[in-house]
Amino acid sequence: MTEVVETVPPRAGRTAADVVRILVSGLGQLLITAGVILLLFVGYELWFTGIYTHQQQQAAARDITKEFAAAQAPATAGPGGGTQAEPYKKAPNGDVIYPKVTAGSAETVLYVPRLGKNYHYVVVEGVGRDDLKKGPGHYPGTALPGQLGNVVVSGHRTTYLAPFNRFDELRAGDPVIFEMADGWYTYRVVSTEIVQPTATWVIDNPYPDKRPVGRSFTFTTCNPKYSARQRLVVYGSFVSHTAFDKPPAGINPVKGG
Amino acid sequence: MYVWIWRKLPGNVAAKLGGSLALLAGAVALLLFLVFPYVEPRLPFNNVNVDQPVPASSTIIAPTATPHA
Repeated sequence: MTEVVETVPPRAGRTAADVVRILVSGLGQLLITAGVILLLFVGYELWFTGIYTHQQQQAAARDITKEFAAAQAPATAGPGGGTQAEPYKKAPNGDVIYPKVTAGSAETVLYVPRLGKNYHYVVVEGVGRDDLKKGPGHYPGTALPGQLGNVVVSGHRTTYLAPFNRFDELRAGDPVIFEMADGWYTYRVVSTEIVQPTATWVIDNPYPDKRPVGRSFTFTTCNPKYSARQRLVVYGSFVSHTAFDKPPAGINPVKGG
Repeated sequence: MYVWIWRKLPGNVAAKLGGSLALLAGAVALLLFLVFPYVEPRLPFNNVNVDQPVPASSTIIAPTATPHA
């Protein structure tokens, strides 16, 4: 005896109970779908956004290593043979005058040996949403590494490659190194602090009573992780400058690739 | 909903499976490349800057004193 199995139930035979069953299971499927989409969004935020930042960081690393190499070129070609010429002019107060960088372009490379020998991020100019997608951003108008004043950099804590993810591990005395075209500027962490998102004073000089304190930095990022309720702020002050061909110990300099 | 899609997909089971995978990939791509990038800036948990609370948009306040910029 052969029986044809009906995969599609005949519409005419639907009872009120069937309709309720279909509606309830449809609602269930809708809710499960919503849950899956939310999970996908979490995955997107935590990992997928990092792909973009990774690509941007590689491009920025290429740009900045090329720029650094170009800045070193006159030193070898210039008169005086072995002595390294300064690639850039200096202001009367001793600040090196760096070429202006457009928003979103590479400004400096940040190294934090506490977070690993290979921890480095190309810092871009600007702290707009699109700038910060490329990497940590330098607040326009604040000092550049090595200049008098405060270098202010902010970065993502959990998304877009999460450059500042582990900044809560920084301790007083940890070196923080900026690579510029004219060499390596080493700073040291002085303190960390958790503030409200409205505490704009942190981007000003962190030691107003000692102003002008000289050279310092402020880093800002989200706190706690996965939230934007507060800001984690790291303060530091300048220690030393070494020539471009003498990178500080404990770091692997960025490669243009 | 999914039963309905499964029924509407043409071909045998293998073709239906392929079709549903293609639909799934399309839906995921739509979310990752269009929906999520659109939604993300409208959510609050990605702000890393310090900000004045006054403006509606997240305007970044320039430092009051710009030391030797």
